[in-house]
Amino acid sequence: MEYEVVIGLETHVQLRTRSKMWCGCANEFGAPPNANVCPVCLGLPGVLPVANEEALRLTVLTGFLLHCAVPELAKFDRKNYFYPDMPKNYQITQYDRPSTANGWVEFETGGGRARVRIARAHLEEDVGKNFHYDRYSGVDFNRAGVPLLEIVTEPDLRSAEMVYDYLNALKDILRQGGISDCDMEKGMVRCDVNVSIRPAGASELGRKVEIKNMNSFSGVRKALEYEYARQVEVLCGGGQLAQETRRWDDAAEITESMRTKEQAHDYRYFPEPDLMPFAPTDAWLGEVQARVIELPLARKERLMRQYGLPAADAETLAGDAALGAFFEGIAPRAKQPRILANWVINNLRARLAETSTSIQAVKFPPAAMLELLELVDTGRISGRIAQEVFAEMFATGDAPEHIVARKGLVQVSDAAALEPLCDAAIAAHPRTVADYRAGKTAALNFLKGQVMKLSHGKANPNLVGEMLQRKLQ
Amino acid sequence: MAAADLDIQYVAHLARLDLTPDEEARFSAQLGRILDYIAQLRELSVDGIEPTAHAVPLVNVTRPDEVRPSMPTRAALRNAPAQANDLFLVPKIVE
Repeated sequence: MEYEVVIGLETHVQLRTRSKMWCGCANEFGAPPNANVCPVCLGLPGVLPVANEEALRLTVLTGFLLHCAVPELAKFDRKNYFYPDMPKNYQITQYDRPSTANGWVEFETGGGRARVRIARAHLEEDVGKNFHYDRYSGVDFNRAGVPLLEIVTEPDLRSAEMVYDYLNALKDILRQGGISDCDMEKGMVRCDVNVSIRPAGASELGRKVEIKNMNSFSGVRKALEYEYARQVEVLCGGGQLAQETRRWDDAAEITESMRTKEQAHDYRYFPEPDLMPFAPTDAWLGEVQARVIELPLARKERLMRQYGLPAADAETLAGDAALGAFFEGIAPRAKQPRILANWVINNLRARLAETSTSIQAVKFPPAAMLELLELVDTGRISGRIAQEVFAEMFATGDAPEHIVARKGLVQVSDAAALEPLCDAAIAAHPRTVADYRAGKTAALNFLKGQVMKLSHGKANPNLVGEMLQRKLQ
Repeated sequence: MAAADLDIQYVAHLARLDLTPDEEARFSAQLGRILDYIAQLRELSVDGIEPTAHAVPLVNVTRPDEVRPSMPTRAALRNAPAQANDLFLVPKIVE
C-alpha cells in the first residue's frame, strides 16, 4: 500500500530584543552562567513580570509577515509543569488568546510553489539550559525569560524536503524582518515535529508521533525521512503505531521513544494574573505595519521582472537584504542590470566574504560600480582589467577612472601597437599555429591569451582575435 | 466540583506532593470544602457574559526594551541547595 506523510511543525524562535521578556536582564548568548539573571527570571517570590513592548511588536510584525490576523485582544496564561529549567514551575505563554493567528507562508519547493497555513504564532518565554554530569544536572538561567515566539503550522506539509524548504523560507522571512537572528548555532531556532502517515488519498489522519526539540534543519529532514520509513515498516508489518513522543539521535540517525514522564499532559492553563491583557490600538498597529518588509519570495520575483535577472541571481539578492539593497540602489541607472547583478554577486559579494567586510564598510560609493561597467561598455578597459580595477576600488575606495589612469590600464585598440604583439605570439608558438591551420579553431584562443599576456591584459581582445585570424589565413 | 469528584492522589501527583493516607483524607476534606464554597458561584447566571482575562480593567502595561543590571551571580546562587561552576545543581535530569 502507498502511504503519504502528514507533517505539522511547531517552530520556536528567540526574538531579537535587547532585554528579556519580563525583566531588564540582557537577552544575550554566551554570557558566563547565571550572569543575566534577577529575581523575576529566577522566579523568586513577590516579583512582578512586565511585558517587553518590543517583543509584543515583533510578534505582531511576524503576524503581518505571515499574513495572519491580529486579534483585538491577546492575553497571557500560565502553563503549569515541573522541570528544573523552569524556576517558576510554570511557563508564561499564550493559550486561548494568542497575539496572532490564521495566516500562511508561501515558498518554493519541488520546482513549484507551496503554501502552508499558519495556525498561530504566540509569544512565550524560553527556559533555562541544562548541563548533565554523572550524578547531577546543572542549570543556567541566562536563557530563562528570553522572549520566544512559537509558530505553529496546520498539518499541511507532505515531505521531508518540503519541511526543509519551509523552514528555510521562514528563517529568511524572520531574519530579514528583524524578528530574530535565527542563529542555529546559538539555539535560536528549535522545532517540534508532528508526523503521521496514512494510506495515500485518505482524509483521516494517522496516529501522531511527536519528535521533540530539533535544533537543525538538516536534522529535521533526516529525522522525517527516517520516521516515515519506520512508520511504513510498522504498518506494512501488520503492526500498530503508538501515539508517542520520540527523540532524534543525531549521531545514530534514528528516532527513539522517550520515556513519557506523565501519562497525559495536564498543564492546567489559567490566565496569568500578574499580566494585563494586550489590546493594540490602531496607532500602535500602524507603527508595527510600517516595519513590514517586502517578503524574500516577492522580492525575488520583482527583481526578475523589473531587471530581467535570472532566477538564481534574483534569489541571491533577495536572500541577502543588504546586498539586494546595494544592487537596487544603483540598478535603475545601470544600462545592463543583469551584468551589474553579476558583478555585485560574483565580485563584490565574494570580496566581502574573503575579507570579512560588511557591506556598510565598503570604501567606494555604490555608483562607482556603474562607472566601472561604463568603462568596460565603452571599450576603455577589457573585462579582465575591470577585475583588477575592481580589486583596487575595493581595497582603496579610489574611483575607477583614477585607477585606470594611474595604472595606465586603458585598453589598447591601436592596431599599430597590437600588430607586433600578435606577430610575436605567432612566432613563439609554431605548433599552435600549425594546429590552427589544420582546423583546430580553438587553438586561436591560446594565441589570443598569449597576446593578452604580452599586453599585460590591456589589449582589446576582440581586435586581437580579428588580427590573429587575418594573419593566419 | 464537589468533594466526591476530587481525585486527591492525582492532584497530589501534579503538585509533586507525597501524601500519607492520613494526609490524603485530611486534605481531601479541606479541598472539598473550598470547592463547595467556590461552587456557590454556579448559582449566578453568566449567560452572554464574556469571560474576563483579569479582574482589573487595565490593558497594555508594558516596559520599554531596555537592559537593566542583573543581580550578581553569587547572590543569585546564594539560596541554591547545591551549586558548582556557577550553575544551580539539581538531581540528575533523566529525559
